[in-house]
Amino acid sequence: MAKETIVPIGPYHALQEEPEFFKLHVEGETVVGLDIELGYNHRGIEKLSESKTFEETVFLVERICGICSTSHPIACVQAIEDCGGIEVPERALYIRSVIGELERIHSHMLWLGLAGHFLGFNTVWMWTWRYREEVLDILEFITGNRNHYAMMKPGGVRRDIAVEDIPTVGRMVDRLKGPLEMLRDAIADDPLIHARTKGVGVLTREQVIDYCAVGPTARASGVAIDVRKDHPHAAYDRVDWEIVLGENGDVYDKIMVRIGEMFQAIRIIEQCLEQLKTVPGPIDSNPREVPPGEGIGLYEAPRGEVFHYVRSDGGNRPVRHKVRAPSYMNVITDREAVIGHTIADAAIILAAVDPCYCCTERAAAYDAEGNTKILGASGLITVSQQKTQQLRRELGAAGPVLRFED
Amino acid sequence: MSDIPAQAAETVRVLQEKAGDAVKAVQFRNRSRIYLDVESAAIPEVTRIVFRELGHRLQTVTGTDGGDHIELLYHWANDGEGYVLSIRTRIERDNPEIASVAGICKGAEWIEREIWELLGVNFVGHPDLRHLLLRDDWPEGACPLRRDYRKDGGDG
Repeated sequence: MAKETIVPIGPYHALQEEPEFFKLHVEGETVVGLDIELGYNHRGIEKLSESKTFEETVFLVERICGICSTSHPIACVQAIEDCGGIEVPERALYIRSVIGELERIHSHMLWLGLAGHFLGFNTVWMWTWRYREEVLDILEFITGNRNHYAMMKPGGVRRDIAVEDIPTVGRMVDRLKGPLEMLRDAIADDPLIHARTKGVGVLTREQVIDYCAVGPTARASGVAIDVRKDHPHAAYDRVDWEIVLGENGDVYDKIMVRIGEMFQAIRIIEQCLEQLKTVPGPIDSNPREVPPGEGIGLYEAPRGEVFHYVRSDGGNRPVRHKVRAPSYMNVITDREAVIGHTIADAAIILAAVDPCYCCTERAAAYDAEGNTKILGASGLITVSQQKTQQLRRELGAAGPVLRFED
Repeated sequence: MSDIPAQAAETVRVLQEKAGDAVKAVQFRNRSRIYLDVESAAIPEVTRIVFRELGHRLQTVTGTDGGDHIELLYHWANDGEGYVLSIRTRIERDNPEIASVAGICKGAEWIEREIWELLGVNFVGHPDLRHLLLRDDWPEGACPLRRDYRKDGGDG
């Protein structure tokens, strides 16, 4: 009988802002079980929020995550608006969608780069992140910050997009299309990437529904849920765009769903910018108070639905503020997706839900008796990259060819 | 009331029919937010109907220390119709206990573990009730989301 070995991954990884601890149970090379431990970064935000005014909670939740730093604020202000029956001016709705979609593009590019790195395609990583910088430039141009834009407030947004700036923003967004098409074509047709990702880490439609998974993780399995369509908010019901769906729920479909979503995001941004040329202000309804009650705000973050619940007793602070980020519902599905695969595939499968952590900097393997051995730092990425090298030799394929204009 | 989604009204009707007296109150706050008060004993049955029969998606459960009771608010999304159904139940604050729904909906597994450690609610029948966010040797009975929790340990 094969001996079961435990391969711990985590909890800390220098690349990511959120530590998590995965224990892979393996027999030989095959993963037979997975334990996930959370909480290394638990900061008590829900409790802390009760000591903040409603306006301050928006700044607080902006700091939950450095990547989706506008998703939590949008969900939070929508919860406050739902609680107080607060109206939001039309112009602010378009601005919210512009910021939200720019964030989606840079978040998906960050993930795509990491996925390339885990698979051993460091050119994909470096080029994707190089073009991600241009997205951050657009955000800096609009908001003054590359990240943590501080744009959202209950009743509207804090900063307008000036009509005379719109052509510049439009040109900057337009420049993203070429590189994105190149990335899409290079990845979609590459036999090596197919070999590493097709049929790998499959999450079935039934598993998505059982675990209540959200976002690209759900959509790659063909479950057509997207808060932007299903629970209309911001300007998403005022512009044309489509939900991007996969079929097989494998890593490949998760890649292609996210790439497709970046093109949809550009489509949404362009229509919003067009509207912003003519839709008049104000950008803020300037609510004075939040009456007693409770409210729920939903937003489709890059990783899926963000959920905020606030309760007010009529004072200026929430008496309860519940936050549920999308990775909470998605990371748990790893224990289905990773079973039966090899250790070499584990890095990309665990990364495929785009958890707000990524795994393997401090990986060490030991056997069930607790003797440390085998994989040292970044070992998991190494075995993943070695598998690609081996496939490269077997298939005689070079990997994705990237030709970018500069 | 005229713009309440038909499916939402139907969901409430089915619940009232099947769960009977357990459904205490229904509130349509607006076209996309419905709140339902349900007796705690009926939560597994209500969960089975809402999740398995009517195809809602569990978003999360909000647990709140209400002073003399613990309130649990199960948030269910109907993505096809665009509404959120929040099912509210109250349990006693001393030795709070409620049946786990993780066996019906796997998405509830972590959510219940979190409420167990932060508010001290015992989810009876949970397959794996242990710490999720707090460290494994966290002092027993110290529930950080309770109103009377103090950082230096214990109550008061």
